Amino acid sequence: MNAFIAIVRRDLLLAARRKSEVFTALFFFMIVVSLFPLGIGPETAMLRRIAPGVLWVAALLAAMLSLNRLFAADHQDGTLEQMSLSPTPLALLVSGKVLAHWLTSGLPLVLLAPVLGLQFDLSPRALGVLMVSLLLGTPVLSLVGAIGAALTLGVRGGGVLLSLLVLPLYIPALIFGAGAVEADVAGLGAGGHLSLLGALLALGVFFAPWAATAALRIALE
Amino acid sequence: MSQRLVNWFKFASPASFYPLAGKMWPWFAAIGTVLAAAGLWISFFVAPTDFQQGEGYRIIFIHVPASWMSMFIYCVMAFWAAIGITFNTRLSGMMSSALAPTGALFAFLSLWTGALWGKPMWGAWWVWDARLTSELILFFLYIGYIALTAAIDDPRRADKAGAIISLVGVVNVPIIYFSVKWWNTLHQGASVSLTKAPSMAATMLWGMLIMALAFWMYSIAIALYRVRAIILERERHTTWVAELPEMQR
Repeated sequence: MNAFIAIVRRDLLLAARRKSEVFTALFFFMIVVSLFPLGIGPETAMLRRIAPGVLWVAALLAAMLSLNRLFAADHQDGTLEQMSLSPTPLALLVSGKVLAHWLTSGLPLVLLAPVLGLQFDLSPRALGVLMVSLLLGTPVLSLVGAIGAALTLGVRGGGVLLSLLVLPLYIPALIFGAGAVEADVAGLGAGGHLSLLGALLALGVFFAPWAATAALRIALE
Repeated sequence: MSQRLVNWFKFASPASFYPLAGKMWPWFAAIGTVLAAAGLWISFFVAPTDFQQGEGYRIIFIHVPASWMSMFIYCVMAFWAAIGITFNTRLSGMMSSALAPTGALFAFLSLWTGALWGKPMWGAWWVWDARLTSELILFFLYIGYIALTAAIDDPRRADKAGAIISLVGVVNVPIIYFSVKWWNTLHQGASVSLTKAPSMAATMLWGMLIMALAFWMYSIAIALYRVRAIILERERHTTWVAELPEMQR
């Protein structure tokens, strides 16, 4: 467990020393979200209708952008090999890296989403549901993305390939995440969607580090 | 028991599987051709015209078996992937990569014929029906597998990475299917449904089953043929390949 905390702290420290990477993904999120009203038109009723989907798709793309650097730097300087040789299970270290990745890329999106939601004229209640859905959903993105990032480690055209592999697997999170807000706006209650997102998160926490570890071992062979 | 295990693993070696596959694929291809001829004859000349959908319904004789095969082949791919990871056999990865193009082809065929069927029946080439959407996502999963294995130069590493992504995919397929289904029911209710009338004429059912069997045989034959090509490509440095009669010419 000490190793887990050490990994999280180390990755957070590294992210704090290279703030630009974190902020690039954040501004990407903001720009993508702001493009939609420009492309579709400023009618408030329509914006309110598309807001959950737009915010969620933008969150998906922003999470994708930062996935590349999840393992790449450690792979290049050999840290990853040292980790795989350490007595601590690699899956635990991978979980630590994923948690750190979420804290630097997922959590800022969650905190920023309500501000962007205001641009789309969402009600305070819907903003709350949106935040909860992102809070439950973005860790799933980091977890599933870790599998893709591990598989495409050191592979030709890794970035585009990563999106091809990971985006189809993101679909359930997108559906339930955006669906939660829509269901709440429609007065159906977001409970069911949020429970399903929580179930996805539980599944992801259990299986994804394991699959990502298997993929990393292949990349390190 | 141990004797039987030994026999099974004998064919896990590419060198002993290559001639076996060479003997088997023409048979499967022949059976597939005969079944396809019979199935097409039934579907075009024997099966009655549907009183609601007219002649256009005959697309289902291609469409439904293609959809079945696209889903089934993904499961078979994942099965070989699991075997490959468990026993570390080289042939399993080759089987997976031999099956992937066929599965992608069937997924594409199913989408294409589905669009052709949808235009006269629903008045639209594409609707966001749960089955259509999940078939499309299945197609993306196949493409992802093919792209990943093609991007990795070392074939052994490509096989293992492909095995992981196909296993992750097979776990996700039911999740994706149900999420899309619930998403769809929330959005537009049951306005459009692929579910057909409960009573299907026996000849129609037979035509469809025979076509499905024909597609099975085609898939087996083409997968065996392709796995032979993959074996030759990967084992070209070995002496057993050099000693093959077809290499002597």
